[in-house]
Amino acid sequence: MKFVKDRFNYLFNSTKGLILVAIAMVAIVTAIWGMLSGPMAEMGVREIVIKMLGMKIIQSEREGRIIILYHSIAMAIIAIETYMITGLLKMKEFLRMAVRVLITVGYIMTMLFGMGFAYFGHNWAFHGLYITGLSLIFFAGVLLCIALYPWQSEYYVSDKDYAHTKKGVDLERMAFFATAVTTVLSSLFGAVPGSFYGNGFETFLAENIIRYPEKTTMEYSVIGHLHIMLALIAVMLTLIIGRWLNFKGVWHKVAMPLMILGTIVLNLGVWGVVTPLEPVAHMIIYVGATPSMLAALFLLIWSWSKFAKEGTAHIAKPTFLQKLGAIVSDPLKFGPTWQMLFMNFTTSGIGIFMAIKLDEIFRVWPAREERIELTGHWHALSAIIATIILMYYGDMLGLKGKVRQLYGWGIIFLSDIALGAVTVFEMKRLFISEAEQQPLVNGLMYAIDFGLGMLLVLLAIVMIWRLTDLFKPKGRWTEEATHELAEEVMK
Amino acid sequence: MKRIILTLSLLTALLASCAPVDLNAPMPTYDTGIDPNAWAQIPAGEFYFGQHNDIASTDAYEIMITDITTQQYADFLNAALADGYVKMDGEQIIGFYPGDEFRGVKHEEKIEAGDWIFIPLNDPSQRIKFDGTTFTVQNGYENHPMTMVSWFGAWGYCGYYDWRLPTEMEWEKAGRGTDTRPFPWGEEIQRTNANFYSSRDPFEDMSSFGSRTSPVGFYNGKQYDDYQTLNSASPYGLYDMAGNVWQWTGNVYEGMHYRFLRGGSKDTYDMDLRLWVRNNATPTYYSPGVGFRCVR
Repeated sequence: MKFVKDRFNYLFNSTKGLILVAIAMVAIVTAIWGMLSGPMAEMGVREIVIKMLGMKIIQSEREGRIIILYHSIAMAIIAIETYMITGLLKMKEFLRMAVRVLITVGYIMTMLFGMGFAYFGHNWAFHGLYITGLSLIFFAGVLLCIALYPWQSEYYVSDKDYAHTKKGVDLERMAFFATAVTTVLSSLFGAVPGSFYGNGFETFLAENIIRYPEKTTMEYSVIGHLHIMLALIAVMLTLIIGRWLNFKGVWHKVAMPLMILGTIVLNLGVWGVVTPLEPVAHMIIYVGATPSMLAALFLLIWSWSKFAKEGTAHIAKPTFLQKLGAIVSDPLKFGPTWQMLFMNFTTSGIGIFMAIKLDEIFRVWPAREERIELTGHWHALSAIIATIILMYYGDMLGLKGKVRQLYGWGIIFLSDIALGAVTVFEMKRLFISEAEQQPLVNGLMYAIDFGLGMLLVLLAIVMIWRLTDLFKPKGRWTEEATHELAEEVMK
Repeated sequence: MKRIILTLSLLTALLASCAPVDLNAPMPTYDTGIDPNAWAQIPAGEFYFGQHNDIASTDAYEIMITDITTQQYADFLNAALADGYVKMDGEQIIGFYPGDEFRGVKHEEKIEAGDWIFIPLNDPSQRIKFDGTTFTVQNGYENHPMTMVSWFGAWGYCGYYDWRLPTEMEWEKAGRGTDTRPFPWGEEIQRTNANFYSSRDPFEDMSSFGSRTSPVGFYNGKQYDDYQTLNSASPYGLYDMAGNVWQWTGNVYEGMHYRFLRGGSKDTYDMDLRLWVRNNATPTYYSPGVGFRCVR
C-alpha cells in the first residue's frame, strides 16, 4: 500500500510528478491518434488501430471529433503550464493547491471522457463529464488569476534588476496575471458558441470557411477563440521560460511592459472580431503582436548574451566562435529561445507573408491548398510549444552530460527538420506545379515522418525510463517529489 | 566513414526529391463500358443537404452520369472554334463570359464581361493538343475526365449545348440521393471505391508521378486485369461523384468571385470525398485534378 501511496503522492502531489503525468497523457494521445491520419492512414495503420481499439468512427462527425481531440491535448498543455507557474511563482499555499487539484481533475476528465465520447460511441454521460472537466479548468483559471494578483505587498519587489513599478509592483507577475486573466476571458469565446450547439450553432472547422464573405458572430467568436488561445499558450510559455532562466536586467525592464501591453492589445483585437470593430480587428492584432514578439526577442538577446558571457568568463578575449560555442553549449537552455526564433521561419514569417500576399498568391490557389498552409501553420506552432516544454522538462529531470546533449539536440534537430519540411510543404505551390510535385512531396514526407517519428521515440524512451524509475524504491522520483521549480531557477 | 554514408544517404534522398516527373509515363487503357453521353433523371423533391443534414429541395433535372471526357471536350473545341464560340489567344483558348455583378466585398475581385481563359494549351499536363486546325486527345486519355479546364471553360462547354453547370444543391442531391450517406455508394470508403490520394489504383505511382485520373465510370464493379473495383455509383447511377477530379459547380455567390468545387479528387484524402465537402477557387483556375459535368 505504501508503495502505491508514495508513487501516487509523487505523481499527483508534486510539481514534477504532475508535469510527468500530463506529458505522458499527451504522449499517449499523440502516439495513438497520430496513427489515424497522414502517412499512417495511407499505409493502412489507421484501420488496424480503429479495429484494435474498437473506435466508432462516423464520417460526418470527423470535425467534431477533431475539435474534442484538440481540446483534450490543449487542456493537458494548459495544465502543464499551470503546474510550472504554480511551481515558479510565489502564491498562497491554499490557492496553489486548489488550482492544481481543479486543473488536474479537469484535464484528466476532459481527456478521458472527451476522447471516450468522440471516438468510442456517444455516451452522453461522457459528454457531460467532458464539459465538467472543461468547467473545472475554467475555475482553476479563475483561481490562478486570484493567486497571481500582483497588487499585493507580499509580492512586491525591490530588487532593481527586475521590472517593477515605483511602488514595487512586480511587472513580470503582472504579465503572468494579464495573460492568465485574458486566457480565462478568451475561453468564453469558445464556451459561448459551444453552449449553442444544436441550437443555432453547428460544428465547423475554421479552416473550412476561410473564404466565405459572410460569417456569423458565433463563427467569428470561435475563430477568435482558437487563435488567441494558442497565442496565449505561447505567451505564457515565454514568460515561464523567462522565469526559469531568471530573466532580469535592462532587457527585462523593457520586455515586461511590452509583454503586458502586447497581451492586452492582442486580446482586444481578437475579441474585437465579434464586435463592430471586426473590419479593423486584424490591424489591432498586428499592433498587439508586435510588442509581444519584441518582448520574446529581448528574452532571446538577454539569454544568449548571458550564456556567451558566462561560458567564456575564463577567456580574456573570447572570439566570436568561442562565444557561439558558449551559447549552444547547453541545448536545453539555448533550445527554447532558439525554437522561438525558428518559429519565425515556420509560423510567424509565413503568417505575415500570407497576410501580405493573400489575394495575389494564396487566394489564386484553391481553398484546400490555402487550408494546408493554415493547418500546417497551427500544427507547427503547437509542435514548437511542445518542444519548448520538453526542453524545460529535460532540465527539471536533471539530465546531465551526454544524455543532456543528446536529448536537447535531438529535440532541436528532429523537430526543426520536421517543421522545416512542413514549411516547404505548405509553400510548395510557389515553386512547383501539382503535376510535378510528387517526388518533392515524398522527400518532404520522409523528413517530416523521420523528424516527428524519432521525436516521439525520444519521448517514449524518456517515458519508459520514468516508468521504470517509479518501480525503484530510491529512484529519481524520490528527489523530484520534494524539489520545487522555484528552487531551480537559474542564478 | 559513418558521416560520409549519412551525408550520401541524405544527398540521395534530396536528389530523388528533385527528380523530374515523366508526365507522359505509360498508362493502362481500359474500356469501362460506361457511356459518357448518358444522363440520369433526378426527380423534384427534398433531400438532405450538407454535413448537418439540412433539408433542401430542387426541381427535377437531368445530370450527366460521368464527368465530361477529354474526347468530348476536344469535340466541343473543334465545333466551337469553327463557329467562333471560342478563339485562340496565344497559348490558350478563350471564350466570352458576360461578367458578374461586383459588390466590392473584401477580397472580392471583378469578373467583367469579356474573354476569359477556357483552357491553356502550353501546360505539360494538358491532354488536349492543337495542331493549328484540329484539337485531338493524347492517346490513352480519351475516356479520362477533362481536366486543366477553368470554370469559364466548363461553363462555356455546358452553355454551348444549352446545358449548364449544376448548382451545389443539384450536384449534392445527384450524388447523395435522399438519405444521409456521406459517400455516393454508402457509409464507408474503401480503396477500390474511388480514385483518391494513395488509393493504389492502376493509374497511380506514388514514388514518381503520383496520382493520375482514371477513366470515367471506372469504379463500376468491373475487374480490370487483376484490379477489382467496387460498384460506386450514386443512388441515381452517377459515377465519380467522389474522387478522380473535383467538379466545378455553377453557383455565382453574392460578394465573392470564387467558384465552388465538389467531390474531392485523385489528389485528396478520403475525407474530402465526402459529398458535402466544398472547395473553391478563382474561376480562372485550372488543374490536373479539376473537371466538371453538366445538367439540363
